[in-house]
Amino acid sequence: MTATATRPQPAPASAGRTGKRPPKREREGAAWVFLSPWVLGACVLTLLPMAVSLYLSFTNYDMFNDPSWVGFRNYVQMFTEDPRFWRSVTSTLTYVVIAVPLQLALALAVAIALKSVKRGKGFYRSAFYAPSLLGASMSVALVWRAIFNDGGTVDNLLSWFGLDIGGWVNKPGWALVAVALLTVWQFGAPMVIFLAGLQQIPGELYEAAAMDGAGWWRQFRSITLPMLSPVLFFNLVLQTIQAFQVFTPAFAVSGGKGGPADSTLFYTLYLYDRGFTASHMGYASAMAWVLLVAIGIVTAVLFRTSRSWVFYANDDNEGAR
Amino acid sequence: MTTVDTTRAVATGRAAGGRRPRPARIALHAVLIAVLLVMLYPLAWLIATSFKPADEVIASLKLLPSHLEWSNYSTALDGVNEVSVGRLLWNSLLIAGGAVLGNVISCSLAAYAFARLRFRMRGPLFAFMIATIMLPHHAVLIPQYIVFNQLGMVNTYWPMILPKFLATDAFFVFLIVQFMRSLPRELEEAARIDGCGPFRSFFSVILPLTRPALITTAIFTFIWTWNDFFTQLIYLFEPEKFTLTLALRSFVDASSQSAFGPMFAMSVFALLPIVLFFLAFQRFLVEGMANSGLKG
Repeated sequence: MTATATRPQPAPASAGRTGKRPPKREREGAAWVFLSPWVLGACVLTLLPMAVSLYLSFTNYDMFNDPSWVGFRNYVQMFTEDPRFWRSVTSTLTYVVIAVPLQLALALAVAIALKSVKRGKGFYRSAFYAPSLLGASMSVALVWRAIFNDGGTVDNLLSWFGLDIGGWVNKPGWALVAVALLTVWQFGAPMVIFLAGLQQIPGELYEAAAMDGAGWWRQFRSITLPMLSPVLFFNLVLQTIQAFQVFTPAFAVSGGKGGPADSTLFYTLYLYDRGFTASHMGYASAMAWVLLVAIGIVTAVLFRTSRSWVFYANDDNEGAR
Repeated sequence: MTTVDTTRAVATGRAAGGRRPRPARIALHAVLIAVLLVMLYPLAWLIATSFKPADEVIASLKLLPSHLEWSNYSTALDGVNEVSVGRLLWNSLLIAGGAVLGNVISCSLAAYAFARLRFRMRGPLFAFMIATIMLPHHAVLIPQYIVFNQLGMVNTYWPMILPKFLATDAFFVFLIVQFMRSLPRELEEAARIDGCGPFRSFFSVILPLTRPALITTAIFTFIWTWNDFFTQLIYLFEPEKFTLTLALRSFVDASSQSAFGPMFAMSVFALLPIVLFFLAFQRFLVEGMANSGLKG
């Protein structure tokens, strides 16, 4: 900032622009030098592997013998003959539908509560955020398994209230909920984003609404939600995509097997099982492509519906960038 | 700038219209603290259990152990599969350190090109870069594995480190691009008048100013690599090469509760670097996360 202020008038700058600017081709070359690691990575580690895995998805491949072309066999098998595939789809979708809305609702609620806090705001924000950094670790996943096991904290707490569910991690329906709660526990990251969004909403809007006699709920519905909708949309897309790919908690909670009764056999867990435990690399590649297409479709649907509920207050501002 | 102004506006607006009554404020804090306590319970449980004697782990419902069982920690220090914790810790640090170095270098280079330089296909390439943020890792997993297998790099750390030097974590490229775009252009104009080409201008003008974004990138890379389980699970199979995260895995299979104390003592070791990083750099982390959403 200070550097700009002390700069001389723009006149010499424009003189320099015509005089010293390096030829266009040279600057274009410089750009590609800067880009070269990224270009190499994008080609060798993203585009090429995608193409190869698409090819492999039409083959039988076990890493030792050459892949043999089987056409759509893997896909047909997946959709019509593999009940475990469908169980993995069901458990993943159930998990996404439980975990993501709960997580975002909690994140929004806490962000709104925090917005009006003055003392200790920074402390709360950091403390609520901390689990987002720790939650993906194996350590926390192991804690989760113990807390939700037979005789664990949750079991004891619930039987104290007369609810005898036993250990959640051993009950088909409940194990999934336990994993979902681990995701909800990490609401800090979307909360921080919500909070930043809330602070961008001009205070005059609320003052005007209050003057017109709008209550808390009305202000929330008519100001907070629409003004926050781009941020809400961003969080929704990001968390949904991440939730589809969750692996570590399900692996830890189920002891790596996806149990009980395949109820936490998340898609990625089954993909790992097919590809790396059973060495069906062709089948696993087909599963990877189905996941890719599925995430693409879900994202496209979210973007399509966003037109009706996401409100961009200052589009012109965006254009300026 | 604008953030500060608006919050101040809200604050003064409320002050003018009468402050929120005291009981309401106390209730708000009470609710927040209650939520916080529930959230921190698993961490308190982890630390308490790491100090519990074996017979108290399941038998006792109390959170706090009757006495501190330090032997859990000495057992944990011995490690798993005859590999000491020191070795596991070093392995984890090696991977995380390599990943940090790779990401900071490669992502800032790419980001500078996207943020400041003009080149053909910039728009489409930028869009492609953004799209790869959303790309599920699993779509490229198997061919990458095959490639690294062909190169003889399975059971080495290269599959975890090499991709970072090729800017495959597009999220960080995006983060740094957003930061660089917020820097005043006049700086480079001035540098150019002084005869700086794009390289000088990048290293002496832009890079030093981008430090906050680079720190955010470094810390997030460290923590995410440290926690990453899936990649390590696939590529590493020799206990000597295991990381802390991977060593904890052997406890997943062995579910006997007698090993709870040492297992959670080891978990504490595994979480400690993250907690320390968090305490030291929380502002960068929280701000970095907040900005990633707003400008998206």
